[in-house]
Amino acid sequence: MEHLEQFRQEARDWLEENCPPSMRTPLVPEEEVWGGRNAEYLNPESKLWLERMGNKGWTAPNLPKEYGGGGLDRDQTKVLHQELYRIKARPALNSFGIWMLAPCIIEFGSEEQKREHLPKIIKGEIRWCQGYSEPGSGSDLASLSTKAEDMGDHYLVNGQKVWTSYADKADWIFALVRTGPKEPKHNGISFLLIDMATEGVSTKPITLISGKSPFCETFFDNVKAPKENLVGVENSGWTIAKKLLQHERNFISNFGLAGGGTGSGADVVNIAKKYLGEANGQIANQAQRENITLHKMKEHAFGLTLQRSGDEGAKASAASSMFKYYGTEHNKDRYELMIAAMGNKGLGWTNEGFSDDEQAITKAWLRTKANSIEGGTSEVQLNVISRRVLDLPN
Amino acid sequence: MKLILTEEQQFLKDTAQSFARDKTPVTHFREIRDSENAQCWDEKVWKEMVELGWSGILVPEKFGGSEFGMAGISVIMQELGKTLTPSPILSTSVLGVSAINMLGSDEQKENYLPKIVAGELTTALAIDEGNHHDPFAIEATAVLDGDEWVLNGKKVFVVDGASADSILLVARTSGKSGESNGISVFVANKDSAGLDITKISTADSRNYANIEMSDLKLDQNALLGEQDLAGETLEKILDLGRIAISAEMLGNTEEAFEVTVNYLKERKQFGVQIGSFQALQHRAAKMFCEIELTKSAVIAAMHAADENSNELERLSSLAKFQAGETLHLVSNEAIQMHGGIGVTDEYDIGFYLKRARVAEQIFGTSEFHQARYADISGF
Repeated sequence: MEHLEQFRQEARDWLEENCPPSMRTPLVPEEEVWGGRNAEYLNPESKLWLERMGNKGWTAPNLPKEYGGGGLDRDQTKVLHQELYRIKARPALNSFGIWMLAPCIIEFGSEEQKREHLPKIIKGEIRWCQGYSEPGSGSDLASLSTKAEDMGDHYLVNGQKVWTSYADKADWIFALVRTGPKEPKHNGISFLLIDMATEGVSTKPITLISGKSPFCETFFDNVKAPKENLVGVENSGWTIAKKLLQHERNFISNFGLAGGGTGSGADVVNIAKKYLGEANGQIANQAQRENITLHKMKEHAFGLTLQRSGDEGAKASAASSMFKYYGTEHNKDRYELMIAAMGNKGLGWTNEGFSDDEQAITKAWLRTKANSIEGGTSEVQLNVISRRVLDLPN
Repeated sequence: MKLILTEEQQFLKDTAQSFARDKTPVTHFREIRDSENAQCWDEKVWKEMVELGWSGILVPEKFGGSEFGMAGISVIMQELGKTLTPSPILSTSVLGVSAINMLGSDEQKENYLPKIVAGELTTALAIDEGNHHDPFAIEATAVLDGDEWVLNGKKVFVVDGASADSILLVARTSGKSGESNGISVFVANKDSAGLDITKISTADSRNYANIEMSDLKLDQNALLGEQDLAGETLEKILDLGRIAISAEMLGNTEEAFEVTVNYLKERKQFGVQIGSFQALQHRAAKMFCEIELTKSAVIAAMHAADENSNELERLSSLAKFQAGETLHLVSNEAIQMHGGIGVTDEYDIGFYLKRARVAEQIFGTSEFHQARYADISGF
């Protein structure tokens, strides 16, 4: 406990000295930092903040020091987050590399891969994207058909990925490819790292029902990927893929809590009071007030469940499926309640007749529809709970 | 506040689990239901619970209790709920003890608490007067006449009222129905002249009574705490009762769910286990999620009670709401998923449905607590 308080003081002192003033102001979306070779910094202090945090390893505080991470234990990481929160510091780096790929490289990667990729991920020098889904392989991800043929010193990759977030901005992609076409579908998949600058890689952005999106289609046309970029053993990529999906689910399930994840962070109660009016301090419309109360009570109980799961010490994949299912369905519900409370003000598309906040909520409402699809649909999560937790038969 | 059990609480839970499994499986409840036992719980079983110290979990040490708190008694009730074990633990060890301990004078505590701990006294809290729980809608009156209190009015649906040795009567000493001020609590011996206790017969085959007070005369020592001022404390006592019964309902839910999931794995139709059908799997998975939420709400509420948190009211309402919603869902689905056998009296699962609906009513339905939560939260 004593050494923890000592660490808190050290962290506090370091942050005081190194966190630039403008990085302690609320984040504006255009100044969000994702790093990478082609990163542009509207605010030069964003770059400085990333460099300092990256060199310290605190963009990935719990990753080992020898690979550029912070080398902090669980409690110290918690303290660091508390201290960052205390000064309202902006995230120095948003990174699929840190959130998803790094834990898998630590677990399954070779020593060379760890030394090559982890420091660049942690410093934000290389930006990663994820190549999983394909036009013909959504929920049935293991049916994927992007093929990687063994050409001796390299794989020849041909095929198409879809829903690759920020593929148009990423430097590298971690992709699932088929290396064993004759094997049963789960046993012929490999986990391959591909440099997006390689000849034959191209991307095309996808427009969603909510408008512009970070999603892309990514095409591989005779792309040569060196063999040393295979993570783990050939044809055993599915194990890695499943592990990575857990990290992704945990990340997405936080959307269920108000203010977390997508959208405006607008509180449904405040929205309802503003657009429905108040009667004696209460949301004036009784039916909507009841619906919103139900929603808030479920949110309270869900939040307590996330907390309990943490207090119990994180348990494996079953819990992550529950959180992913419940959190995303709950988030969809919140936006339905919000636009219902706003009435015709909740249905704006451009600024003709609608404020920025109103449009943002409408767009966020539409965007939430993807929450229960991306990262494994709600139906797939329910299958996982049925089979793995309840042990129901196939 | 960590949402886990301490070693001590886990030990109590394990003890209660073995007790319920070995001494009071569901067959125990069935035997009582089919017997002439009017009090609906077994004297010998209650004595064993008393010997384990469960009557004194909430009693201060100086009156012979263990002070293991709401977390301690809640985990016991959760386990007893799994096998539908009937006992006066809610009415006596939670409500009776809390009312006497929080409202009573030292003399009154000295008089009642050691007897409760020793299993020599059971109590019942008589509060509701109408068809729905409404804690301040008190029309029963108590008037001081010389050095005696005179009580008139009626009470309904009094939990364990048909067997309790002492009845805690909530009456109005001033003000009008609906007001929190002007409420007082009295203790009366069940045999008092002017106190008419009538057992009612409910679907869950447990112990409830309607009570009439007709010029019931009590001496001044019968008043628990101060005249007119019991309202606020009464809400807190009810909150403890709500948390305890939520824990019992969580136990009901867990067992009904487990039995049902096991049935889905055993029962074959069309040549396969019916648990392989996605139409059933997804409903089971959704129930699993709601049960997880219920566990969290109950554990948060019982710890809040023990830590005297200012979130107690909201968390108690959240727990009773969530426990009620989930038990409602699971008790219905349990019957449906069992098919024909589920609606037979021979099979136990119907007991859970009957108990569910009664427990949902006790100290406020989910709708009651939804409205209360909204008001407290300022929605």
